[in-house]
Amino acid sequence: MKRMAKRLAVMSLLAAIGCHKNVPPVARPTPPPPAPTTSPAPRPPSPPEPVAEPTIVPPEPVRDDAIASASLDDLNRNSPLKPVFFALDSDELTSEAQKSLDEDAALLKRYATWAVTIEGHCDERGTAEYNLALGERRAVAARAYLVSLGVPADRLRTVSYGKEFPFDPGHDESAYSKNRRAHFVVTAK
Amino acid sequence: MMKKLGVLVVIAVLGAWARPEQPPAQQPPPPPPTQQPSEITTTISGEAGAPPRLAVPDFIAITKDKESVDTARTIGQVLWDDLNFEREFSFIPRDVIATVPAATSFNDVPFDRWRELNADGLIVGTVEKTGNGFKVDMRLYNVRTRQMAYGREYTGSNARLFAHTMSDEIHQTQRALRGVARTKLTFASDRDGERMTGTVEKRETKEIYIADYDGENQRRVTVGRTLNITPRWSPDGRSIAYTSYRRGPPQVFISNIFQGTLEEATKGERVGQNWLPAWSPDGQRICFGSTRDGGSSQLYVINRDGSALRRLTNDKWVNTTPTWSPSGNQIAFVSDRTGSPQIYVINADGVGAPQRISTSESYADKPAWSPPPFNEIAYTARTGPGNDIKVIDTPTRVVRQLTFGEGTNESPTWAANGRHLAFMSTRSGKSQIFTIARDGKNLKQVTKAGNNQQPDWSR
Repeated sequence: MKRMAKRLAVMSLLAAIGCHKNVPPVARPTPPPPAPTTSPAPRPPSPPEPVAEPTIVPPEPVRDDAIASASLDDLNRNSPLKPVFFALDSDELTSEAQKSLDEDAALLKRYATWAVTIEGHCDERGTAEYNLALGERRAVAARAYLVSLGVPADRLRTVSYGKEFPFDPGHDESAYSKNRRAHFVVTAK
Repeated sequence: MMKKLGVLVVIAVLGAWARPEQPPAQQPPPPPPTQQPSEITTTISGEAGAPPRLAVPDFIAITKDKESVDTARTIGQVLWDDLNFEREFSFIPRDVIATVPAATSFNDVPFDRWRELNADGLIVGTVEKTGNGFKVDMRLYNVRTRQMAYGREYTGSNARLFAHTMSDEIHQTQRALRGVARTKLTFASDRDGERMTGTVEKRETKEIYIADYDGENQRRVTVGRTLNITPRWSPDGRSIAYTSYRRGPPQVFISNIFQGTLEEATKGERVGQNWLPAWSPDGQRICFGSTRDGGSSQLYVINRDGSALRRLTNDKWVNTTPTWSPSGNQIAFVSDRTGSPQIYVINADGVGAPQRISTSESYADKPAWSPPPFNEIAYTARTGPGNDIKVIDTPTRVVRQLTFGEGTNESPTWAANGRHLAFMSTRSGKSQIFTIARDGKNLKQVTKAGNNQQPDWSR
């Protein structure tokens, strides 16, 4: 009896080992249950779905964007693109100019369809002839900086007006400093 | 019927406009005066080195209608001014002339009275109305010998042009001098006050104008309704090249002013900005500044029809504002390679290093190479808050100054005989064109309406 019991125990142990080898069939039923439990759950709520009215959602902040809706002329009259100012005889971008161009670049990325002409201007102290070339260098300096910030170069044209179109017709430094500028004109949107 | 008449009138006016102004002399190739048997080749001289002293009374109107009388008076007065401009003669003052009884023909000239007034020469002229204009007979007498030193008949209808032609001929025959009375100025002007299109800022157009050398007879020659600047006469005086923004970015255009046609010298795709055209002395080529290859303005030469483009400078600096030497072998221009604009000279074929000409200026622009016999370059120099006109003798590098801080002064250009310059000055308020003798004397304002800039004097 004792021997019998011992043999049984060994057998059951063996069986247990054998059973271990056959675990997959045993394990199989366990994973399926969770899967079926999830799938039947959505089935009941699916019928009410068509009732939803998502069309009400877009009364849109886009409409509030005066910049996007303005005409080209209005846009240029109150240009969101700030001009950049230069020192006498110089085409170097000051840190102030760079800061202003950073903001211009952000705008140009936001309104990615805009094409912009950058006008280079000079004050009246320089000569009319050399100022054509200097104005161009100013426009090019502003353009190069914007391109370095990721604004596509083909959206930015340059033109120099030398000292032909002063912003301020005065004859003092306060006028001159406003006239030495790169001015942005949106030509397409 | 009315409509037809209107069209005819327009055609007549256009026809008159399109026709180049001819000297009043009818024969297109006037034979040299020396070959004319009726003309005597003597020259009138003053006493011991002094300039000859001339009497120029009003011309005699043979026909007595108002038009003839006005023409006779105008010719006398303009001829006086024209002759006075070159300072080759001295003159019996007008109030003294008024005390001498006026002649009524060549037969009653009071030579004795002119002799008493120490006149060396006397100009007597008659004006006679013909079918469609006037016949004018001009004679320059030697007062001492009472013989004609020079004389000629002219036909035409433009009183001022009669006088300009006589003045040039008198200077040529009496002083062996090329007068400039028939040359013209061109310049850019905003006087029309037209507004530029395509901009929200208040910007005014500039158009190209021409005028006689004395500022009379000002006429507009462009209708670009845009910015048109830096005009330059072709050497034959029939075309004007200039910088125009009519395409948006500036381009070099040529107006053939007696044909009413327009050429685009810098036409094409991706040609950048182009400005400041300068004709070669033979009129075949144009040198100009351009950004077509990217970077700063560089100098290029192109045939006037836009062919055979050649690049002259190739660096990262500004190279601009060219002017040709009279021989056409060299080009003076402006470069800021040292940090400020300065004047350099380069061979017209671009070979060799540019040679710096302006060495004593903080800022120099707009060189203008004088015609022979002088070998000088006039330019704009920064002298204070404003600019002044200076002249450098190219061989010796000696610099002299013509203006001295009255307003700002810019853009000099030479008269064809090198004895005068025109330039822009703000001394009277707005920008105006002035002429001045090469020694800095005889300053004269020749424009008054609007702002006027960048004069160029025809050859």
